[in-house]
Amino acid sequence: MHLVLFIVFAGLCLAGAINLLLQSHPINSALSLVVVMSSLAVLYLLLGAEFLAAAQVIVYAGAIMVLFTFVVMLLNAGREERTLGSRSAKAIGFPAVVAVLSVIATVILKAQGFTPVALSDNITSTADLSKVLFHELLLPFEVTSVLILIAILGAVALARPAHDERRGRTEAGK
Amino acid sequence: MIPLSWYLLLSAALFSLGVIGFLIKRNLITVFMSIELMLNGVNLSFVTFAHQWHLVKGQIFVFFVMVVAAAEAAVGLAIIIAIFRTRATLAVDRIDLMKL
Amino acid sequence: MTILQFFLWSLLKIIVVTVVLLMGVAYTVLLERKLVGRIQNRWGPSRVGPFGLLQPLADGAKSFLKEDIIPTAVYRPLYLLAPILSLGCALVSIAVVPFGSPNVQTDGGFRFFEISDVNIGLLVILGITSIGVYGIALSGWSSNNKYSLLGSLRSSAQLISYELALGLSLVGVVLRAGSLNLRSIVEIQSRHGILSWNLFGGFQFVAFFIYLMAAYAETNRAPFDLPEAESELTAGYHTEYSSMKFAMFFMAEYANMITVGCVATLLFLGGWTSPFGDLIPMPQVWILQAFVPIFWFVFKVFSFLFLYVWVRGTLPRFRYDQLMNFGWRYLLPLAILNIVGTSLWLAYK
Repeated sequence: MHLVLFIVFAGLCLAGAINLLLQSHPINSALSLVVVMSSLAVLYLLLGAEFLAAAQVIVYAGAIMVLFTFVVMLLNAGREERTLGSRSAKAIGFPAVVAVLSVIATVILKAQGFTPVALSDNITSTADLSKVLFHELLLPFEVTSVLILIAILGAVALARPAHDERRGRTEAGK
Repeated sequence: MIPLSWYLLLSAALFSLGVIGFLIKRNLITVFMSIELMLNGVNLSFVTFAHQWHLVKGQIFVFFVMVVAAAEAAVGLAIIIAIFRTRATLAVDRIDLMKL
Repeated sequence: MTILQFFLWSLLKIIVVTVVLLMGVAYTVLLERKLVGRIQNRWGPSRVGPFGLLQPLADGAKSFLKEDIIPTAVYRPLYLLAPILSLGCALVSIAVVPFGSPNVQTDGGFRFFEISDVNIGLLVILGITSIGVYGIALSGWSSNNKYSLLGSLRSSAQLISYELALGLSLVGVVLRAGSLNLRSIVEIQSRHGILSWNLFGGFQFVAFFIYLMAAYAETNRAPFDLPEAESELTAGYHTEYSSMKFAMFFMAEYANMITVGCVATLLFLGGWTSPFGDLIPMPQVWILQAFVPIFWFVFKVFSFLFLYVWVRGTLPRFRYDQLMNFGWRYLLPLAILNIVGTSLWLAYK
């Protein structure tokens, strides 16, 4: 059962990631990324991380990617064009990345001591997760809230039209 | 019953596909999406290791990565909108000047 | 219980629940048309069948038989995907809703009145709802029509904004129950009938108000129905859709309303438990024991839907900037205050 679920969703994941590269329109890429993230959520569930699976769907697929599609729709981004840069990046980048991947893969396959996983063993409950998060890692947690605050301020400051433009058009950039 | 190393291989593959996308895509938004793909690949290996060593902290790290990714998406997309407003293009090759 | 039996039972439950939900959707439409008709001092549908009761069937047949027009300028794959995504997400979230007493079960502990019991049921519903945004966003973009695009941009912005208030309003309830499992959330409200509901006994009336507002906005209903405001956007994101594809959006809207009603019932109104608590003892007949909880659940959900229609028939539509201001400046801080208040109350109780 676990094997079947893993193969199906890992396959979906890889297919989505490859489709992201092949599609030339940003909205198709964004949707394939949504597929990748949703199937990753299922894989998290298989690994017993149920809260993370939900957070993955809500935060990544439901909020971040909606923001991406929103921006693609707002800017009406069209198909991308082929340029010199992309050709040289392909020529050098592909072999390099394949080399790096093969190195990582050999290391993973050489490493010993990985236990096999079965369906629904070792499920982390939300309570366990929050105990560690709010006791041991309280400071990092609070720091992330500051980070988010800064990000909000930065986003608002950036997305706002410049001062002289603002008189002409109101709310154009929201 | 499947070995955990399969999950790690999948995560490595996702990361590499993200890197490839980062290199070959010419649209600013798609390049940004490739970064998210890389982050997701790394997240998967964090969850896998958390399962392997029965440690909750690995999962919490993923949680932090999500928070950072959300912040990054908000700021990054705001920058993209600002760039589009001044240059009227999203092709990374045309955005090669520090000043307008 | 073998795995084959499990699959067969689950399949049976899924089919029954889906059929009941779709019937519920059809008759919610009729309920709304009847009620709005009465509010506006007219009859509403009354010709098809007794009291117009067969009107949903006639509507369904009509949308099946209409010509399916696909405009030439649309982006086809996404144009076709959007209504499916919308309806799919709207229907799937019912899977984690427990709608009857958990005591009715087979020997193997297999419960009849919920499709699946998930530890993180509440988060599953929130997650599926947040995926549903894509249906609306993509339909507007792929239609290649300015009204559709404006409608879907408005709608995505509205959904993203109100999702925060919606999620935060539920935190108080989760804090009180100490669990994200919908069944345990109901069970903590079951002791003294109406007095131990989260709405009253849990002091979550502020949260309920926030949830109500955010839910109206999430389901694109009046007074927050800006994405499809007829007077300015013709029909919003589904302007270019016809026949069955339009019907799918329509059904998705009503299915979402029912889901929101179910969540409100489970989280604030005590779920399937009786509002009288133990004042009226449960009869010892097993069939009544099985079906009285379902009656209460359905009754509560339909009261919530009645409120929906009543609000739609009464309040005028907000302006877009008013909507955004209301969500960000009032609902969100109020929800955060509610969380702080509930935590303090629970800590010093």
